[in-house]
Amino acid sequence: MSRHVVCSADELPPGTRRTAFVDGREVALFNVDGRLHALLNRCPHGGARICTGVITGIAQSSGPGDYRLERDGEFLRCPWHGWEFELSTGQSWCDPRSTRLRNYDVKREAGETLVKGPYVAERYPVVVENDYIIIEL
Amino acid sequence: MNLPYPGAIDCDLHVPAPTIAQLLPYLDDYWRDQIVNRALDRMPFAMMSYPPNAPISVRADWRASQAATALETVQAQALDAFGVQYAIANVIHGCVALHNDDMAAALCRAVNDWLRGEWLEREPRLRGSILIHPQDIPQAVAEIERLAPDGRFVQILILAMGERPLGRRDYFPIYAAAERHGLVIAVHAGSTYRYAPTIVGWPCYQFEDYIAQAQAFENQTVSLIAEGVFQRFPGLKFVFLESGVSWLPVTMWRTDKTWRGARPETPWVDRWPSDIIRDHLRLTTQPFDAPDANAVAQTIARIGSDAMLLFATDYPHWQFEGCDVLPDGLPPTLLRKVLIDNAIATYPRLAQDARGTATIEETIR
Repeated sequence: MSRHVVCSADELPPGTRRTAFVDGREVALFNVDGRLHALLNRCPHGGARICTGVITGIAQSSGPGDYRLERDGEFLRCPWHGWEFELSTGQSWCDPRSTRLRNYDVKREAGETLVKGPYVAERYPVVVENDYIIIEL
Repeated sequence: MNLPYPGAIDCDLHVPAPTIAQLLPYLDDYWRDQIVNRALDRMPFAMMSYPPNAPISVRADWRASQAATALETVQAQALDAFGVQYAIANVIHGCVALHNDDMAAALCRAVNDWLRGEWLEREPRLRGSILIHPQDIPQAVAEIERLAPDGRFVQILILAMGERPLGRRDYFPIYAAAERHGLVIAVHAGSTYRYAPTIVGWPCYQFEDYIAQAQAFENQTVSLIAEGVFQRFPGLKFVFLESGVSWLPVTMWRTDKTWRGARPETPWVDRWPSDIIRDHLRLTTQPFDAPDANAVAQTIARIGSDAMLLFATDYPHWQFEGCDVLPDGLPPTLLRKVLIDNAIATYPRLAQDARGTATIEETIR
């Protein structure tokens, strides 16, 4: 298991997303109201780059004609076929047992901690004054 | 394949549809006067899907019956010949295509009372279907309520092609009544011809009409799933009669596949459509619509359930020769379920008969 600095915290403010290459993989990074998510940027269904999908909630119902959008901001809808994934786990809503979007632990850490290691900085310059986004592979 | 042992439950048997003359005693004075004095008694009220003289409508050797009565004919050719313990009698009558809702409802009542008086009273192996005109929902519900106390009626009978898709909420009062009384909704091939029976327009030939029925069942399956009928009525079962079977696996797969992407549009569909289909939909085995034993076995394997198929003769339609009533390719382990157990599990009222003394209400509970 290795930990990687993927960008400076300033580069992923709330409401934004970006991608980063880590160890040959393209990872999609999301900051939804301060909650960070990192997922493999490849839908397990058709291979779409899911970083361009809509972030939304999950439609729920108690029966025909009843509609509720719940847990807004916790789900990612694939841009190709609309498959829904829970951002925090990568689990498919329709098929949680067999379909999963690879997800990674992600957090924000201070540069002061990082320079002490044992992180892999991936050619990313780290300075003590800034905060960084770290993912674990 | 012949039946391996007696005691099967025939879930689709047609007694000969009554002539209007036979129904007159079962109509009230007003409708009798209307029917006779408007010369409607000369109309055959036969469904176009089954032209009476078409070869498929009655098998040739059965058509040549020498028995004295229709009851004796059905007893000899179907009930005795196949050794069934029960046979569910379905009367497909043209009255359900009438635009006059009141006349349609009156004729449905007459057909149902005729079935009870002429058949169910005289032959204990027969069970009945309540024929309704579903486009007039209050009258349809009233007819269900009128006949529900008679446990010999085990299901409600409608056609595959009416005015609206069967999942629409307008129909929910009918489904509520069915669930309340432990009745099954039976959907039989056929159309009221409000619309073309193919989605691309009016066909010219009966050949086309016959083939189009399977697509109607496919559309109805998707409607029932999309509208959440089984989320609203978890105790309800639908039985498709003369639907064929081989179209089902592809429909299940396409419905599952599309649901994954379109799920938020119908959020009440809270699990795989194919699972809902396996739990709530049943199909009769005649006709099966598959070319050979291998295709039958593959179809059943792809359906992924041993509970969905119900034995039927589809008597007197010409679907098979002699007593070769079971499609070749049914796995031997499935026989008992197809012949008996699946029907008992599907029809609360047959389960009640099998158990003996419990009331319908206790059985449903």
